Amino acid sequence: MLSRHHRDPAALPRLLLAALAVLLLWPGIRLAELNPGVLFDPAVSRSTGAFLAGFWPPAHDRDFLALLWDATLQTLAIATAGMFLALVLAVPASLLASRALSLSAASIGARPGWAGTCVRWPVRGVLIFLRSVPEIVWALLFVRAVGLGPTAGVLAIAITYAGMLGKVYAEIYESIDQRPAQALMRAGAGRLAAFAYGTLPAAAAELMSYTVYRWECAVRASVVMGFVGAGGLGQQIDLSMRMFASAEVASILLTFIVLVLFADLLSRVLRGRFT
Amino acid sequence: MTLRLTAVDLRHRNGVQALRDVHLNIAAGERVAIIGPSGAGKSSLLNVLATALQPSAGELAVLGVQPWQLSSRARQRLRARIGLIHQAPPLPPRQRVVTAVLAGKLGQWGLGKSLLNLLHPVDIAGARALLARLDLDDKLFAQCQQLSGGQLQRVGIARALYQQPELLLADEPVSAMDPRLARHTLDLLCQHASEQRVTLVASLHTVELALACFPRIIGVRDGRIAFDLSAAEVTPQRLDDLYANAQLSPAPTSADTATPWLPRC
Amino acid sequence: MRRLGNATLVLAIILAVVASFAYLGLNPFNLGDADSLGHMARYAARFLSPDFTAAHLWAVGHASLETLAMSALGTLLAAIAALLLAIPAAGRLGWPLQGLAKLLLNALRAVPELVWAVLMVLAAGLGPNAGTLALALHTAGVLGRLFAEALENTPPEPANAIRLQGGNAWLAFCYGTLPNLWPQLLAYTLYRWENNIRMASILGFVGAGGLGQMLYVSLSLFQEARASTLILAMLLLVLGVDALSGWMRQRWIRL
Repeated sequence: MLSRHHRDPAALPRLLLAALAVLLLWPGIRLAELNPGVLFDPAVSRSTGAFLAGFWPPAHDRDFLALLWDATLQTLAIATAGMFLALVLAVPASLLASRALSLSAASIGARPGWAGTCVRWPVRGVLIFLRSVPEIVWALLFVRAVGLGPTAGVLAIAITYAGMLGKVYAEIYESIDQRPAQALMRAGAGRLAAFAYGTLPAAAAELMSYTVYRWECAVRASVVMGFVGAGGLGQQIDLSMRMFASAEVASILLTFIVLVLFADLLSRVLRGRFT
Repeated sequence: MTLRLTAVDLRHRNGVQALRDVHLNIAAGERVAIIGPSGAGKSSLLNVLATALQPSAGELAVLGVQPWQLSSRARQRLRARIGLIHQAPPLPPRQRVVTAVLAGKLGQWGLGKSLLNLLHPVDIAGARALLARLDLDDKLFAQCQQLSGGQLQRVGIARALYQQPELLLADEPVSAMDPRLARHTLDLLCQHASEQRVTLVASLHTVELALACFPRIIGVRDGRIAFDLSAAEVTPQRLDDLYANAQLSPAPTSADTATPWLPRC
Repeated sequence: MRRLGNATLVLAIILAVVASFAYLGLNPFNLGDADSLGHMARYAARFLSPDFTAAHLWAVGHASLETLAMSALGTLLAAIAALLLAIPAAGRLGWPLQGLAKLLLNALRAVPELVWAVLMVLAAGLGPNAGTLALALHTAGVLGRLFAEALENTPPEPANAIRLQGGNAWLAFCYGTLPNLWPQLLAYTLYRWENNIRMASILGFVGAGGLGQMLYVSLSLFQEARASTLILAMLLLVLGVDALSGWMRQRWIRL
């Protein structure tokens, strides 16, 4: 038997962890019906191979390219319009939800009062709810509510990203040094004025940076929402996939990759300018 | 001849000439101390001996072979017989002391045993015995980041000792320890070296320690060997000449790096 | 000069926003008018009484576990694949392999999960298997790039010391690089898991099983009561995974 001198104290926790992992892994694999081997099954490989073979050459007839251009512009427009509406909702919500605007906390060593807290926590809760429901679910709901087409996409992005932007903005306001704004509030300035003079200048760069990053995410999200009928490139891929038109799918995928790269580039340039 | 350097030059990649025309012969089982002012080239010399740096000119023979004429696999096998104690121990902060010490034998164990050691230490008793001699056995299962500088240096020494090399090279092994602990640790190293018939070459910045523990002293200045004498022959005059006009102000550090942008979601 | 540049930029952004609304034929002020709001409010009201019958709850529970398993396994597989790909992508195996690995990782992450899911459903059939594989493929690309960056930024001294005492490259990696690296890798993986649980819920829309598949069916059949139970389940799952991942980060990634 190993004496206490020769036992590794980390051995038991590691063993338990390993046992837990194995215990969870087995039913997990059964539930997910995991079977990567199916990809290598000959019948499957043949049909997948046939589909993939159609990728080259990608569809490049004039009409289709015009359609693609349209869809790309639509995707960009959905993302931009959605972000704009999201900002319209998020900016006031973030101001309401942030402790940085608390007058009660402006006194030295004080904490936010209960009246303010009663406003802040519900607003935060709404923002968390808005961003926790995946945007595609919102898109699906809006498609049922306002019909197929880009409107549903714009509304879905507006709602989800309002939640994301609102919560993160509120956190950014709180992560900045609070003393300038608090000093202004102690000198009699109103909340918004103190915010604009004390917090905003320091937070502006990070806010812009995050917003531009989210716009880039919104472009990708717009494509995905097209799958449920919210317009743009996503709707096109869905249509082409249903018809097994692999050449068209290839063109759309290529366009999507180029679009994402462009958005990434634009986002990096803008962020470089702002920070 | 365990170590032989003939007309060795070392020029760093940034153009600095670290060693000039170094001739050195060290026999098996000898204990040698290297002293000299900061920036003289002590670390460079030890790194050359450890086959970490390739000399720009001259011949180098370690443990009877020329390391830079060997294939890379043979050179790895040679390196397993050389133990280098680094001045700043290169130990991952989150690694536990026991794993860090046992890593000394990585050059000798197979892949299976080495990987097994990561999951459960294979020789706790051996590591504990070694650390006990260095007064650190209560820290056996602590993380390296929880140790002080002096304790970390002792872990580095323990790792080199666990390796059981034929040649032990120490680059300022006791620089972070108080004088009593430094003396005790050096005595331990010298005792280990003479018991196991290991060649020990150590660079030290405390001259008194060098003179007290080592029979042979090599003085290095400006990349050259200033003198190579037995401890009794080293006079205060020689020491003054060695350390004369030593630079007092360190080189300025580079400007601080810009903070990276971190996405927040 | 810089002020002029900033002013033109702001103008350009405003123009872009206006152009977007014009292109889509949307009038933002119409969106808030009484008629369409009333329509949406009536639709929303149908969700206010969720279906809590035992049979439906059982089905929702099973689908939730399926979704959880999809997200967890997909992320786990992705982390393993990402680590294997990150080693060449960080340049550890020479630059031709580095270029190839980076290309593969970029291709994997450029294609969104939903598109992967459609492709996997095509190849592997309906069900959570397709969803797990789709998540694994996309996340491997994302994590691979993050892992490679972390690998490039890790200090090389411990690994060099191991090589200097005779260890081979793999041992130097395991003993020198990995002990410092794995908390960061774990943090990225947990963060991706939080994202993947949201994704796993919706991959069902294209037939990849889980809560998403049930939701799509209920919404298509206009069974809003059932749909709202499913949305509640999705919410709980997302919040639960967020909490679990936050706890794991606290526990193991104390930097």
